[in-house]
Amino acid sequence: MKFFGRFAAIRGISASFAPGRLYVVLGDNGAGKSTLLRIVAGLMEPSQGSFTLLGTTDHRKVAHRVGYMGHAPLLYDELSGMENLRYFAGLYGLDDDTVCRKAMQMVGLDPELSRRIGQYSQGMRQRLSLARAVLHDPELILLDEPFSNVDVHSAREMAAVLGRVRDEGKTLFVVTHQAALMDGVADEFVHMAAGQIVAREEAVRKAAASNAEWTPR
Amino acid sequence: MTTLGVTRTTLLKDLRMEWRSKDAINSMLFFALLVVVIFSFAFNPTAEESRRIAGGLIWVAFLFAAVVALNQTWARELRNQVLDAYRVSPAPPNALFLAKAIGNFFFVVVLEALMAPLFVVFYDLRSVGPVWQLIVVALLGTWALVVNGTFFAALSIRTRSREIMLPLILFPISIPALLAMVDATTSILTGEASPDFWIKMLAVYDVVFTAVCLLLFESVLNAE
Amino acid sequence: MKRIFIAFVVFTLGLLAVSTYQALFVAPTEQTMGEVQRIFYYHVPSAWTAGVCFFVNFLASVVYLWKRNLASDAVAAASAEVGVTFCTIVLITGPIWARPVWGIWWTWDARLTTTLVLWLIYVSYLVLRRFSAGGQTQVLAAALAIFGFVDVPIVYMSIRWFRTQHPSPVMGGGENSGLDPAMLHAFFWNLAAFTCVGIVLMVVRYRLQMLEEEVEATHAAAALQGGPR
Repeated sequence: MKFFGRFAAIRGISASFAPGRLYVVLGDNGAGKSTLLRIVAGLMEPSQGSFTLLGTTDHRKVAHRVGYMGHAPLLYDELSGMENLRYFAGLYGLDDDTVCRKAMQMVGLDPELSRRIGQYSQGMRQRLSLARAVLHDPELILLDEPFSNVDVHSAREMAAVLGRVRDEGKTLFVVTHQAALMDGVADEFVHMAAGQIVAREEAVRKAAASNAEWTPR
Repeated sequence: MTTLGVTRTTLLKDLRMEWRSKDAINSMLFFALLVVVIFSFAFNPTAEESRRIAGGLIWVAFLFAAVVALNQTWARELRNQVLDAYRVSPAPPNALFLAKAIGNFFFVVVLEALMAPLFVVFYDLRSVGPVWQLIVVALLGTWALVVNGTFFAALSIRTRSREIMLPLILFPISIPALLAMVDATTSILTGEASPDFWIKMLAVYDVVFTAVCLLLFESVLNAE
Repeated sequence: MKRIFIAFVVFTLGLLAVSTYQALFVAPTEQTMGEVQRIFYYHVPSAWTAGVCFFVNFLASVVYLWKRNLASDAVAAASAEVGVTFCTIVLITGPIWARPVWGIWWTWDARLTTTLVLWLIYVSYLVLRRFSAGGQTQVLAAALAIFGFVDVPIVYMSIRWFRTQHPSPVMGGGENSGLDPAMLHAFFWNLAAFTCVGIVLMVVRYRLQMLEEEVEATHAAAALQGGPR
C-alpha cells in the first residue's frame, strides 16, 4: 500500500516476478505504475506491507544491482554527456572512462560530443538517460516512460536495445503507454488499474519469431 | 565507495557547474553589495561608530547573501529530478550533504573575501584587535551558517513556498551563532573585550550541529 | 478510555477553580510589587507547561524518526501547538509584570531571550508543518524539532554570556527566593492546574490529528473505489 496524502496510489499488490525477462507495465494515468516502479527502485517506502528485492528487504544492499530510468531525464543540463556519465559512474565506485564510453555507444551517442545536455534534443536526452541507468551493468533495470517525447524511429531503436539487454540475462520493467513499441521484445504484459495489477499476459515474441524464420532464407 | 571519494567528486561537479553558470556567486555578490551600500547611507557612520556597528552589519549582509546561495544549492538537484539518480545509487547520503555544505562554505568564504575591502571603503573600517582573530571568527561563523543552511535548504525545497521557507526556519535556530559572530566581531574591531568565549562557543555550535545534520540527513533525503 | 478522559477534564476544571481562588484570594498581596505580583501564579506555571510540551515534542519526534508511526507524529504536532500557546502566554504576562516592577517592558535577560527564541523556533516548526506537502511533513518536522531542542541550551548559554558581558540595570533576581508559604501554596496549585490543562489540550489536539489522518485515509480509499479515469 502506498498513500499520497489523500490518494492511495497502490494497494494490495501481491506478486512476484521471475528474473531474466522483460516486463511491460501498462495502465491508464494514475493507475500506480510509476509508484510501483519507485517503490521497487527504493525511492519510496510502502506505507504498509513489504517487498523483497533480489533476495533482501534492505534496499541499500542491492542498490548497485538495480538501474533506474526516471520519467524526467535525471541528468545535469549544465554538463556534457560524458561529464554526466562520469559523475554517476563515480557514485557506483566506477572511475573508468571506458564504462561511460561503452554505455554511450550502446545507445548510439558519440562519446566525443562536448555539447551540454541542455542543448540535446529530447530523443538524445532519453538515450543518455538510458545509458546512465545501465552504466553500472545492473541485473534489474526499471524504466519509467522511456519513450516519452521520442520519435517513433528512435523509440524502435531503444526498444531493440532493451531487447538485447534482456538477451544478456537482465530483468527489465518498462512502464509505458505505447505498448505497440514493445510488441516485438516484451516477454510479459502487466496491466495495472486503480493501484492494482489486474492482469498478466504472456507476450508472443512475434518479431523474434519472424526473425528466426527469415534468417535461414 | 568511500564517503570521502563521493564527496570529492560531487564537490568538483558542483564547482564545475557553478563555474559555468555562476548563478549562485553572482546573485550572492550583487545582493551583498546592495545591502552594504544601503546600510552605508542608511546609517552613514563615522569611523568610530562603524567599528561598533560593523559586526552587526557585516553578518546581516552575509547572512542574507548566504540564503540566496543556499536556495540555489538544491534547486540544481531538483531540475530534471537528478536527486533521484543519486538516491537510487549506493553512494552514501552524507557524502552528498558534505559536498553541498563544503561547496556553500567555499562560495560564502569567497564572497566574504571579496566584500571585506568594500567594508573598509564604505565604513572606513580599521580593526583595533588582531585581524587573524577576525578570520577565525569568519571561518567558524560561516560554517555555522552554512552547515545548518544546507540542511534546512534540503528541508525547504520539499515545501510549497521554497525560497521563503529557508530563512523562516534557518534564522531562529541560528540566533546563538549570529549573536556569537556579531559580538565577537565587535569585540575584535573595538579591541575592548576578548572574543575567546564566543570563538569557543562557535566551535561548539559547529561541532554539535554538524553532528546533528549528519545524523538526520539521510531521513530527510529519503522523505517521500 | 473516553470516560477516563472526561473524568480527567472534570478534575482539571475543578483544579483550575481551586487554583484560581488560591492565586487571587488566598495568597497574600506582595508588599513591594502589589497586586501585579499575582501574575506570577500564571506566568511561571505557563512557562513550566510550555517546557513540558516542548520536551514531549522532542521525544515524539525522535520516536517518529525511529518507528515512523503516525501516532507519535500526531503527539509531536499536538505538543508543539499547545507549547507555543503557553509560551505566548509567558511572553505576554512577562512584560505586563515587568513594566510596573522593573520599569521596562523588556530586557535582553537570559531567561526572557531564551523564551523568545524558543517561541520563534517552535513557530517556525508550525510554519514548516503547514507548508510541507503530503507524506514528507512528518520527517521534515521531526528533523526540525530535533534541531530546535538541541539549540535551546546553546541559546541559553550564549545569552547568559552576552548579558554578563554587558550588565544591565535590571536583573530578574531569584523569584522563588524567600517566597511566603501561602504564596508557595497557591503557586503549586496553579502549577498542577496548568499542567493538567496542558495535558487536556494535548490529548484533544492529538485526537483531532488522528481523526484528520483517518479522514484522509478514508478519502484515499474512496478516491480509488471511484477509480481515476
